[in-house]
Parts: sequence; structure tokens; C-alpha cells
Amino acid sequence: MEEITYGQAVRDAMREELQRDENVFLMGEDIGVYGGAFGITFGMIDEFGPDRVRDTPISEAAIVGAGVGAAMVGMRPIVEIMFSDFLTLASDQIMNQAAKIHYMLGGKAKVPLVVRTPGGSGTGAAAQHSQSLEALFAHIPGLKVVMPSSPYDVKGLLKTAIRDDNPVVFFEHKLLYSKKGEVPDTDYTVPFGEAEIKRSGSDITVFATSIMVHRALEAAEQLANENISVEVIDPKTLVPLDTETIVKSVIKTGRLMIVQEACKRGGFASEVVAEVVESEAFGYLDAPITRVAGKNIPIPYSKKLEAAAVPQVEDIVKAVKEELLQ
Amino acid sequence: MKLSKKLKLRMLEQMLLTRYFEEKVDELFAKGLIHGTTHLSIGEEAMAAGPVNALKADDFMAITHRGHGSCIAKGADINIMMAELMGKETGYCKGKGGSIHVANLEEGNLGANGIVGGGIPIATGAALAQKMQNTGKIVLCFFGDGASNEGTFHESLNMASIWQLPIVYVCVNNMYGMSTCIDDVCPTNNISDRASAYQMEGITIDGNDVLEMFEVTNNAVIKARKGQGPTLIEGLTYRWKGHSKSDANLYRTREEIEEWKKKCPIKRFQTYLIEQKIMSEEEIKKMEESSLETIERAVEFAEQSPYPSLDALEEDLYAY
Repeated sequence: MEEITYGQAVRDAMREELQRDENVFLMGEDIGVYGGAFGITFGMIDEFGPDRVRDTPISEAAIVGAGVGAAMVGMRPIVEIMFSDFLTLASDQIMNQAAKIHYMLGGKAKVPLVVRTPGGSGTGAAAQHSQSLEALFAHIPGLKVVMPSSPYDVKGLLKTAIRDDNPVVFFEHKLLYSKKGEVPDTDYTVPFGEAEIKRSGSDITVFATSIMVHRALEAAEQLANENISVEVIDPKTLVPLDTETIVKSVIKTGRLMIVQEACKRGGFASEVVAEVVESEAFGYLDAPITRVAGKNIPIPYSKKLEAAAVPQVEDIVKAVKEELLQ
Repeated sequence: MKLSKKLKLRMLEQMLLTRYFEEKVDELFAKGLIHGTTHLSIGEEAMAAGPVNALKADDFMAITHRGHGSCIAKGADINIMMAELMGKETGYCKGKGGSIHVANLEEGNLGANGIVGGGIPIATGAALAQKMQNTGKIVLCFFGDGASNEGTFHESLNMASIWQLPIVYVCVNNMYGMSTCIDDVCPTNNISDRASAYQMEGITIDGNDVLEMFEVTNNAVIKARKGQGPTLIEGLTYRWKGHSKSDANLYRTREEIEEWKKKCPIKRFQTYLIEQKIMSEEEIKKMEESSLETIERAVEFAEQSPYPSLDALEEDLYAY
């Protein structure tokens, strides 16, 4: 297997799907010659032309809305929103239109639309280019929400998203674009709604999303030196959510910590807590559940402040130790 | 352009069906048989029948919350529409959409929209798909005067123009966005003036003249089909009823409403048909009677239809 970056894996998934299905096309700001703000679509315009790798005006509502309309009449658009913060500009089209059309019309219309967008902090881009907004979209019935953490997953999940007949909000992470991992040459998909135990352990379950999967794994490695055995679960998709894998793991370890980059209040971690306390795992809990999450603040610019605003490896290590003392 | 007698009769029938359908809806609402809310287009019937008849059966349209007339003109089954408004399982959306979400993709109806301006980019995207797939089909996009102040209007017209999409935008200017008079919230004389910002042809016409609405839309449709890009057509009309069910009409005078009632698009078209000897008074009366019967049958169908079962509550959330 070849080692490629997460960004390359996103590009490969799109290239292969554009080759496979003529109804698939890309639309977004500066995705053509420029290659997108993060270079993800670089070179694709040469291979597929400006019709299928379509540069748009800076009009997020119309970009997503046009994607919804094209999807309703048989295309399978992938729209890129340059930063996930800009999803707010298209929120009516995502939340009130794409999400609701299938249900509201009694199942008569389909919206096979993928909204790809990079989220997360760590690039010094400050408050309006660094958020983690997945909980907003996970809250809306009718959407699927994906948060891949590895090159293998991002490629397989993006293919699943493109082939899905429903609107999918696909959160990539800016800091992961350069992360390398093994990805097979063969056509494969990664299913929605199947979490993966990225590391098996017995003392505590750590549920982590996107880049936090890597930080949790690094923390688990450090804690292993102190004979603490951490199980790390990556849900891959928040909607649908594989609660069964989480519940089983918590029954095994008796402890649960959720790590998310998004600010704590109203975040997806709270949903995971609720799922677990409502399940049979509740009786197996040996300690209160802990959320390790971003502070309830906008992401600040200055480097030290930015890093302190979201969970780092040492925060997870410390929190696990505290949890085990309880 | 010479329009066939058949087309003229069809347009009159659709306008009558729309008028009677909505009068019935008003009545059923008062009786509590239709709930929620509903937006009536009484007085605006020419704005639906005229433009929609310029489409071919497989062309698409996106409509507004005040869209009963466009649905009827696009060939919607009145029984199924009435059932939807009554929240019945046999309705277009299985009772899940109601008055403001009647849609049927099989009839090229992309749907009404509960969000002002929400359908404009969707219609634009549907037009993009037609162009990319080279289908030769076009999209008709309805919206109101109020929607022309939404960002989606400007974003979409700009997009349609730079990409020369096969779409015709039809603004139903009934003078009021809920209670707000368009003159107070739009600095240009006409909404169609806004088209010039997008290098697009913009035309303002009498929205109560069904023949003019048809002809102007038809020209724009031909242009769009030839790949010569979009057009913005503004029809000036008036809604006789309130914005929705809760409207006490405090923002306009009785005189103004009465003045517009004299410009009834249906009466005007009927007078033309009689004067031109295309229909006799008797033939018109017959059409009115049969249209009323169609509406009565629709009510009967809807009343006899079952409500959706609770099993349907969580169905159709996702497509499989």
C-alpha cells in the first residue's frame, strides 16, 4: 500500500468518482486553476475541465443552493465551502432546504449533495476561519455528518458520501491535510455509521473526532508507559452514529471520556454523554463521564492562546489520569 | 404570436380552477378542515397560468409559498393537492408538506418553498444541470417582490448570467412583502431594473394580463432554450386576500383592494374571449360550473382519504 496525504486522499476520491460517474461534478470558490484554498482540487481542472471543476462567484448560499437544485434533477454535486465557518452563509440552503426536502416532499425528491469543508483551528487564522461547527449540522434531521481522521478513512468516506442519495456535510481538518497514511490503490468505500476502535484498551474509553483522534492516540501511547490502557474510538460519522460500539466499549472499560475540538457548550460530546447514560452502559460506569473540549470562546489569533483554546495531547493525558483517580 | 384557442381555453380553465380551489381552501380553513397556514393567490391567477403554459411538460419550475396556481398550471392533480392541504396520506407529500410544500418532480415541479428566496438558487442549480447535461429543458423560477431583497436573488441572477443558464426568472410583484410595500424597500422604480446589474434583460409587464404574461415568458423561454441566457420578467399584480391567515390588512386601504378587484385577471380574460368570439358566455358558464365540480370532487376525495399513519412519522427522513 502506498502512503499518501489526507489531502491527496480527498483529491483521489473525487478524481475517481468523477471518472466513474459523469453526474458527479465539483463547484466552489477558487477550486479551478488555484486548486482551492488548501490546494485540494489542484490540477483537477486540467483533467476534467472547467464545467466539472467549476469556479463560482463568492456566493455561498447560491453555491450550495445550486448544488441542491442540480442534485434534485439527477446530478451528484460536490460543493466546496472554503472554510467551514462560511457554512453559516449557506445555512438556509443546508438546514432548511437540503436537509428537509426529502422528508417535506414525502420522499418524492432526493438531494445527493456533498458539502465538503475544512474545519478546525491551528493555522493562526483566528475566530472566523477556525471553528468546529459539526454539532450545528448534526442537530438538523435529514443531514449526514462526517468527520474523517485518516487518509484511508477520508477517501473511503468521501466515496460513500458521493454515492449516498442524501445531503452530507463532510468536515475535513486543515491540519490533517498533510498527514500521511496508507491508502490502497483499489476502489474501496468506508461505511457510514460504523465506528472504529483505533486502539484497544481496558481502563478507559476515549471517544474522539477528527484531529482529536490523533491527539487521543498520542496520549494513549504516553499513558501506556504508565501502564494505563486507553481504548480510542473514532466514530467517523456523527450522523449516523454508531452508539453500539461506544456502549460496548464503556461496558468493558467502565469509564468514558469524550474529546472534541469544538467548544464544550452544546457540542457533540454532550450528545455522546446522553447516548451512553441512556444506555445499558450507565450501570457499568465507575466514574463520571468527562468531556475534554474547546473552551467556550472564539478561537484567538496569538499562537499560545490558540493552542490553549482547544485540547492538546497533554490535556488529554492529564484528564485521563484525573478520571482514573475518581 | 397567435395563440391557439385550445391554449386560451386551457389557461382560462386553470385560472378558474385556481380561483375556486383557493376560495374553497379559504372556506375549509374557516371551518377548521385545513389547519396551519395557507397563502392565497386570488387576484394573481394570470401570473401562474401565463408563464407556466410557456413551458413544455418536461421543463422545470420552482415556485413560491403562494404557489397553488403554478401547481395547477403545471398539471397538478387537484385531488392530490387538496388532500395535501388537508394533511392526508394521499397528498402530494403524503401530508408532510402542506400548502407551502406542494411539489412533484415527475411533473417538473421542484416545489414551493417556505423560505422567501429559498427556491431561487435551487432553480438556478436545476438550470445548471440542464445546461451541463445538455437536455434542452429550461427552468422557470417564481418568486415575489419581497424575495428580490434576499441575497439569494442577487447571487443567483449573477450566477445565471455569468454561466448563461437556461432559466427564466418571474417576479410576482403583488406590491407587498407581507405588509411591507415594495416601494418602501426597493430604490428602483421596477424590480426588473435590477436585472441590468447582471447584464440581463429585465421586463416589467401587466401581471393581470394572462396573454401578455404568456407571450413575454414564451419569448424568454425560447431565448433560454437557444442558450441565449436568462431573463427577469416582473409581472405587476395584486393579492386580494391577506398575506396569510392572520392578516388584518392594516397596511392597505379598502379602496386600494377594491380598485384592484376591478382589474380581475379572470374577468378581463373572459371579456376578451367573448369579445373575440373565442368563447360564448354560455361556454364560459359551463367551464365555470365544471371547474367548481372538479373542486367539489377534490374536497370529497380529500375528505375520504385517510390521515397518515403514525408509522409514517419517521419515514422518508433519508433516501435509500
